Amino acid sequence: MSQSYNRGLIEDFGRWKEFSAGMWAWIFHKFTGWMLIGYLFTHIAVLSSAVTGPEAYTNTIQGLESLFIIRVLEVGLLAVAVFHILNGLRLLMVDLGVGLDAQDKSFYASLVLTAIITIASVPTFMDGVTI
Amino acid sequence: MAERYSSFTPGGTTWLLQRITAAFLVVVLAFHFFLLHFVNHAADVTFASTQARMENVGYFLTMVLFLVAGTFHGVNGVYNALVNQGLKGTQKKVVLAVLTIASVALIAQGTYVALVMAGWT
Repeated sequence: MSQSYNRGLIEDFGRWKEFSAGMWAWIFHKFTGWMLIGYLFTHIAVLSSAVTGPEAYTNTIQGLESLFIIRVLEVGLLAVAVFHILNGLRLLMVDLGVGLDAQDKSFYASLVLTAIITIASVPTFMDGVTI
Repeated sequence: MAERYSSFTPGGTTWLLQRITAAFLVVVLAFHFFLLHFVNHAADVTFASTQARMENVGYFLTMVLFLVAGTFHGVNGVYNALVNQGLKGTQKKVVLAVLTIASVALIAQGTYVALVMAGWT
């Protein structure tokens, strides 16, 4: 027998002040998911420059990478991807019924780990570019 | 306390596929980021270096499977998010059709690009 807990309608974003940790995890997972699938379409479009020819591909990639804003967006993409991965692992555990009592703590851990990994990656991502 | 929280119930094929692709993507997405931002710097990428990676059959197949899994997982996620928001009836069917066409187009284009990168066209 399972027991349900009525948390109210999460799709009603106007209730955001009442949201619990798990509800925030749900919203962040949706938000990062939308960003990632949007990026996948953009990514394939950019890589499609390879169809034009080797030179067009190399120039497109290196031209984009020379832009400061692209590097900043890449750091943002990393943060979004790392959170989605870590919270995704948390969700797989929840689905398997593992560590349910700590589901709120594992959400906070996902956020902290995402911040640490993102900040630690900034020097690598911003290497060789200036404003 | 409930005795069972698991939502693993029989019958939900796309639900299960969403979890299977998730487990695969966790590993391959981390690998992809690590390979193209830390092992190789994204700013140093050239067609020649991309081709050197892509002409390895194992890498090529991993990338195509990565594309298929990512597309399914992402588009199925978007579809389910819209259904959760109350999408139903004809609108639901139209959205499903549009998302399916977009997915097939993305996978076809991505696979073609990978073939070009590998030099197999």
